[in-house]
This record gives sequence, structure tokens and C-alpha cells, in this order.
Amino acid sequence: MKFLTFKGGIHPPEFKEMTERLPIEKAIEPSLVAIPMQQHIGAPCEPTVKAGDRVLVGQKIGEAKGFVSAPVHSSVSGVVKSIAKMPSSSGGEVVSIVIESDGQNEVDPSVTPKGRIEDLKPADIVGIIKEAGIVGMGGATFPTHVKLSPPPDKKIETIILNGAECEPYLTADHRLMLEKPDDIVFGLRAMMKAVGVEKGFIGIESNKPDAIEIMKKAVVKHTNIEVVTLETKYPQGAEKQLIYACLKKEVPSGGLPMDVGAIVNNVGTAAQVAIAIKTGMPLIERITTVSGKGIKTPKNLLIKIGTSVNSVIEQCGGYAEKPGKILMGGPMMGLAQYSDDVSITKGSSGLLLFTEEEAQAPEPSACIRCGKCVDICPAYLQPLHISNFSFNHMMESAEKYRALDCIECGSCSYICPAKIPLLQSIRVSKRYIIAKKRKQV
Amino acid sequence: MEKLMVSSSPHIWSKNTTSKIMLDVVIALLPATIAAVYYFRVNAAILIALAIITAVACEWGMQKIRNQDSTISDFSAVITGLLLALNIPASAPWWIAVVGSAFAIIIVKQLFGGIGQNFMNPALAARIMLTISWTGNMSGWIKPGVDAVTTATPLGLMKGASVVPKNIPSLFDTVIGNIGGSMGETSAILLILGGLYLAYRGVISLKVPLIYVGTVGILSLLYGGFNLTFMLYHVFSGGLMLGAIYMATDYASSPVTKRGRVIFAIGCGIITSAIRFYGSYPEGVGFSILLMNVAAPLIEKYTSPKVFGEVKQNA
Repeated sequence: MKFLTFKGGIHPPEFKEMTERLPIEKAIEPSLVAIPMQQHIGAPCEPTVKAGDRVLVGQKIGEAKGFVSAPVHSSVSGVVKSIAKMPSSSGGEVVSIVIESDGQNEVDPSVTPKGRIEDLKPADIVGIIKEAGIVGMGGATFPTHVKLSPPPDKKIETIILNGAECEPYLTADHRLMLEKPDDIVFGLRAMMKAVGVEKGFIGIESNKPDAIEIMKKAVVKHTNIEVVTLETKYPQGAEKQLIYACLKKEVPSGGLPMDVGAIVNNVGTAAQVAIAIKTGMPLIERITTVSGKGIKTPKNLLIKIGTSVNSVIEQCGGYAEKPGKILMGGPMMGLAQYSDDVSITKGSSGLLLFTEEEAQAPEPSACIRCGKCVDICPAYLQPLHISNFSFNHMMESAEKYRALDCIECGSCSYICPAKIPLLQSIRVSKRYIIAKKRKQV
Repeated sequence: MEKLMVSSSPHIWSKNTTSKIMLDVVIALLPATIAAVYYFRVNAAILIALAIITAVACEWGMQKIRNQDSTISDFSAVITGLLLALNIPASAPWWIAVVGSAFAIIIVKQLFGGIGQNFMNPALAARIMLTISWTGNMSGWIKPGVDAVTTATPLGLMKGASVVPKNIPSLFDTVIGNIGGSMGETSAILLILGGLYLAYRGVISLKVPLIYVGTVGILSLLYGGFNLTFMLYHVFSGGLMLGAIYMATDYASSPVTKRGRVIFAIGCGIITSAIRFYGSYPEGVGFSILLMNVAAPLIEKYTSPKVFGEVKQNA
């Protein structure tokens, strides 16, 4: 059977068996949450509460500043203890609101059902999504309402939901598709109405046949939504690669999905849109896969935003052995943490614990020019050359070899038999090139 | 909290390593190597051993002198030594193997920067150097067996002919390697077996050998006036299989781009045929690959793949 796919890519071991059969579990109520004011791509939020204030579940505590931004809401009811800069899972320090929960979970009166899709106008839906602070939940955390507000000259024809979950270990989207298929379809329909598109796709990798079956059943009544099976291959869930797999269209270099008439959202994002419309509850909790050899009991947990990684690890039985690496996200694109004292945020699709042995990066040796990185690069680049230019500080040559088209999927570093940090060095060159371009403007 | 490792993604790596790839090449060459020892007896075994030992020793020595970490454990020097041995006749004196291996490793590989940096295939460059310098020793072809009777290679017999000469060994003997020739060039079938293993293991793509051999096949078919037997002799004799499968696929000295590899293979096929049909040597595989090696950087430069999204601007 031939499945939809892109050209290039790799087949890393899946490591999904640890959690793929575990139903989503509600995490233990946090007694304290630290909610960062920036959990999205774009401008950070401004706190709308101050220390000593009592806040309720779903109450807005951070106001979005600027269009590309998303408001932040309290995930508990309780009292604001402090507002201060704290370590963030995306690196560096971010202003965070620390709230001590009173355990009551009293819901804010603003949280009310928004009605049926049929009765809502497109602008209403975008407004609800914006106010609910919904961002791309696959990990990219781009504000969803921005994606759903294309400039009028861009004709959008398709919305694609990303259920590929091509990152090893992660099973949060898989479980969501099994357990909340109707929410996903509801959210997709709402987003389709919001931008006025006729065609919806839900792309799922072939390694999740149960999810494909359930999602197909869930869309039976909606003939304009098609569930498509994607080849199990990394990075199948990368935005441009997913669009290519579904529509056979290449997003132009430097362009956006809307340039080929498509918008891509994660299945998790769609489910969140459904919750925001059905119940009025903004984005205050998310499903995170806690996995890896370094954790005693791997789980798929529904965790309130702001819960500390520390306490999540604790309720998963604690460390199985001395931890070597803590990752937020998947092993291919996730961020390594320098501390377990950070919060779960809107983008935390996975929390992975690696043992000391697994954390050890292999020693790089000389490039043998095997060309594997060229063969597998989903952006059709020549990673070995760009990397070499970067190491030798020849940034102009790196730019000529289209370093900026790199999608940072990490396939080249993964496949390299000489274990050369290809992506890492390409990233360095991208930074230089972008910094130089900024100076020129 | 204990110290955590922080690094940028990705955080997992494939189990494939340089030494695993190189070991696979050694394994792929084993059947042909064993056949060489079977056909040409003790002298073959001695030459192969000497070539490998010299290659590894030279690599170790050069890296010692240059104060570099030794890479002898990656098996690449073993391959160079083995390939060189398979490129010389079994009648060659012992020092041919030693001089050839030393030249391959010291001059062609290490002086240009070691693994991945050699702009020519080291074993092949050494073979050509030996052929030019000691032509007699390098063309003392003998018949397989204990007696070491002097003979000519099928290509030698066919030189200047556009038909198959009468005194040539049978096609069957040519395919299994029961003919005169360099130690590893004789058994086409075992070389193909090794090539299939390499393709199965993902070490090489069969595209390059297929296009290379295919080009030679088509051109010899044209040259021989569509005589199928003539073509088969050209395909299965000489260094074509060894060159196409194990040397034209050498990573360091061939292009990394897909289109570049196709051009590289076609070029090898054309030059090989031209030398065989019109040149003064009976065999052209060595020269053709070396010439294409030199052209590889240029080919690579002009065959950069179109980047994702580059073509269909505003599609």
C-alpha cells in the first residue's frame, strides 16, 4: 500500500510503545503554578493581575501585546503570590505569574459556551480562538488566530490537520485522536468556517491504524473532510512536508503555507478550539507525553499549564536513574532543559527523560562524503556543505547553499555516520545570515 | 539537581557509523577475495596480506607524524589495501603490493587530508601509478591454478577487435573468474554479489554501478555491431565490475548529489569504452574513474538540487 508522503526523510526508532496504549490521565492538581507570560511565538503578554489578587480558573491573567501574540489564562483558582522572571522551558527567563491554588477550581464567570458553529460568524470564531489564547499545540506555538487571518488577497482552499506525530516517543496526539475524535472534527469544522474553506484534511501516519479508523468514523458525516494515511517517516508532520504529502504543492522558499492556499494546524489545536467554543474554557491545560528510559512510569497526562516539570516527574514515579537530559518536546526537535524547575507550557507536547548514557552525544569524526544527508534532506539541501561552510565561517557561501531554507528537522544530524553536528552548525550559519540581513535593512 | 546535559536538537542519532560502513565494504569484498586466493593460491594470499598491513601501518604512521588521532579502526585503510591488492596481478612481486599501498595511503589519502578528503580513489590512483611505473610487473597475467602459466586477459585478447576472437576463454569462465587478470577483477559474479550486499545495507546505491556498466554495455553493443557476446565479454571482463561497484561508488571522490552521480557514472562508462576501443591500453576502467574523480567537484557544483519550494514559485 502506498501512502502519501514527501521526498527524503528518515526512519528513527519510534519508542512509542511505552505510552501509546496508555489512556490520557488527569495529572494531580498542582498546589502551585508558575505561568509564563510568553508561551508562544510573538510578543510576550503583559500581566493583568498583581500579587495578592485572587484569580479564577480561565481568568485572563496576561494580555496579548500586539497581533502576533496570545493571551494567557489562569489554570487554577487561588491567589497570585508573585510576578517575577523565572527560568523558562524555551530557554532564558520569562516573566511568570506564580499562583497558589486554593484547590477549589472556581471557574471564572467569563467561561460560558459560545454556541453552535452554525450560529457563529467567521469573525466570531477567530475572536473566540484569539481570546482563548490558542496556539499551535504541536510544539511550534504560533498563535492560531493569526494563521486563521490571512490577508484578503490570499485565497485559502484547504485546512490540513496534522495528526502525523512523527516525533519518536510522543503519543499525546495519538491518544487524543483515539479519545476525542469528535472534538478534533468539531474544531476543524470551526476553523474551516472561520476562513471559509471547503476542504479539510486530517493526515495521520500509518503507524497509528487505530487512530485512522476512529478518525475516519468521526468524519463520516462530513464529506468535505478527508482522513489521509501518511507514510510513517520523519519529518512527516513538518508543515511544508505535510502540505506536500497532502496537496503535492511546494510552499515557495521563504513563503508561508497560505501561498499555496493551505493552513496547517495540529489535531491538538483543533481539539482546543472545540473546547473553547463548546465550553468557553480557554487553553489552560494540555496533553503531554511523559516518557523515556529515565522516568519510572511513562504516562500521557492532561496537565495544567504552569505545573512544574518537577512535580510531573514526581507523579510519574520519579527518575528511574540519574537523569542525563530532560527534553521538552520530541527527541528530534525538542529543547534540552538545564533544570527541572520549569513549567509545562502550551507547547509542551512531550517531556522526555534520557539517562546519562543516552544523553551523551557521540564523538564526531571526519566527513566521509557519503551523501546520506543530501539524500534524506526534506528541504533538498546539501547539509554537509552548509555545515562545512559554517565551521569555516564562510557564511556567504552557506547562504548561497540556501542555509535559510533549512527547516531544522535534524534528519541530517541523525543520519550522519560520522556523527557531525550538521544541523547544529547550520543553525549557527542561519543566525549569522539573519543577523546580517537585519543590519542591511 | 544533578547537572543535566544541554545541547541543541536532535537528541538521538542513528546507530550507523563510519566504521560500520567500511566494515560492510570489507565484508562485500570477501567473496571475491576468497576467490582470488582460491584461483591464485599462496602468492595471492601473501600480496593481499602485505597490501592491507602496509596500508594500515602507513595510515597509523602518517597520523602519528601529523599528531592526529588514529583512524585505523574505521577500516578505511583496510579497504584501500584490499582494493589495491585486488587490482594487481597474482604474479606481481611482493614489493608491488607494499609500494602501491604506501602510495595510496601516504600520497593520495593522508597528504590530502585523510578520510573523506582524497580527491581520487587511493587504490585506483596507486594502481595506475604502478601500471605506468612497472608495466611488466603489472601486466604479468597468469592463469588461475598452481602452475602460474602466463596468459592474456580477455580484454587483452579483444584489444583492437570489434568481434570476439576465437582463442578467448568461455563466457562462463569469464563470469566466474576462471581467467587471467588482476586478482579481484576476475570473478564478476562474486563482485556483483558483494555489490548487492552493499545496496541491501544502504552503503551504496545501485544506480552508479548500473549506469556505469549499462553505458559500457550499450557502447560496446554499438561498437561490436550489436553482437551480444561481444558486449557480454566487455561487461564481465576486466576491471569493470570491481571499478563500477567498489571504486566509482567511493564516497570521497564522487559527487554527493543525485544528478551528479548519474553524470559521473555515465562519464566513467564513456571514457572506459573509449579507452578500450580506441586507446592504447586494453583496459580503461582505472583511468576513466580517476578522470571522473577529478571532475567530481565541478560536476557536484553544477548539479546542486533544486531546493524545496524553489521551482514552483507562486504555484
